[in-house]
Amino acid sequence: MSPVQPGDELPELRVTPERYVTQRYAGASRDFNPIHIDDEFARSVGLPGRILHGLYTMALVARAQTQSAGGPEKLKRLAVQFRGPGVPEEEITITSKVLEQRDGRTVVSSTATQQGKALIRNAAVELEP
Amino acid sequence: MASSTTDTYLVGREKIREYAAAVGESDPIYLDLDAARAAGHPDLVAPPMFAAVYCGGAFKRAMYDPELALDLPMLLHSGQEFEWGELVLAGDEITTEIALAEQSERLGMHFYTFASLSRNARGDEVCRGRWTLLIRGRE
Repeated sequence: MSPVQPGDELPELRVTPERYVTQRYAGASRDFNPIHIDDEFARSVGLPGRILHGLYTMALVARAQTQSAGGPEKLKRLAVQFRGPGVPEEEITITSKVLEQRDGRTVVSSTATQQGKALIRNAAVELEP
Repeated sequence: MASSTTDTYLVGREKIREYAAAVGESDPIYLDLDAARAAGHPDLVAPPMFAAVYCGGAFKRAMYDPELALDLPMLLHSGQEFEWGELVLAGDEITTEIALAEQSERLGMHFYTFASLSRNARGDEVCRGRWTLLIRGRE
């Protein structure tokens, strides 16, 4: 990873999850909670329809970091709060900004937004050089 | 802390490929054995967030604990933290221990945080996780 300074923006990642992404992620992760795969069930519990798995959205945040840092071994920590449910077929933008260098690690704050709303805000990222 | 649950997961090449495809990872070290070896890894590398897969069994057992009796349809994933150690590769057998670490209630919602620790068969720490669930109150 090239040297980065506090305030630097890291490369943005834009992803439009395809229509059946929640079914694919359910199979890959073995999380078949019906709020992710069944629109009718999701609406019956007060959601707008089936929603993305939070860990899928978090995986996009992780991918943005490992791509800019140069590999999976660079990502040492990622902590997120899920702010709102994501949906398929709408673009998600991951932005990341360097906060500081601490104990030999680069500390980054990252946000995932969709339709102008934060799915994940101020995710805490730590990268090793 | 409540009693802990343990689960062991054997990481397979095809599962890594399936997971990588589902989350849009295209780095060849996750997909192509020759590329992984050329990069110095003995087998396919699991993306960091593959932790959701190898921890999943232990997490589900903890979450479905009949003593906890969570109102599952009202459950949402509220927060997640992972700290990674050694990389996980295809062929690794990962053992995850998980236990309920914290419970709280605010604004009519219940929060439960589980803490997990995953190690490979050599005993190296590969991932520590904190999993926070929110149970929305019913009207």
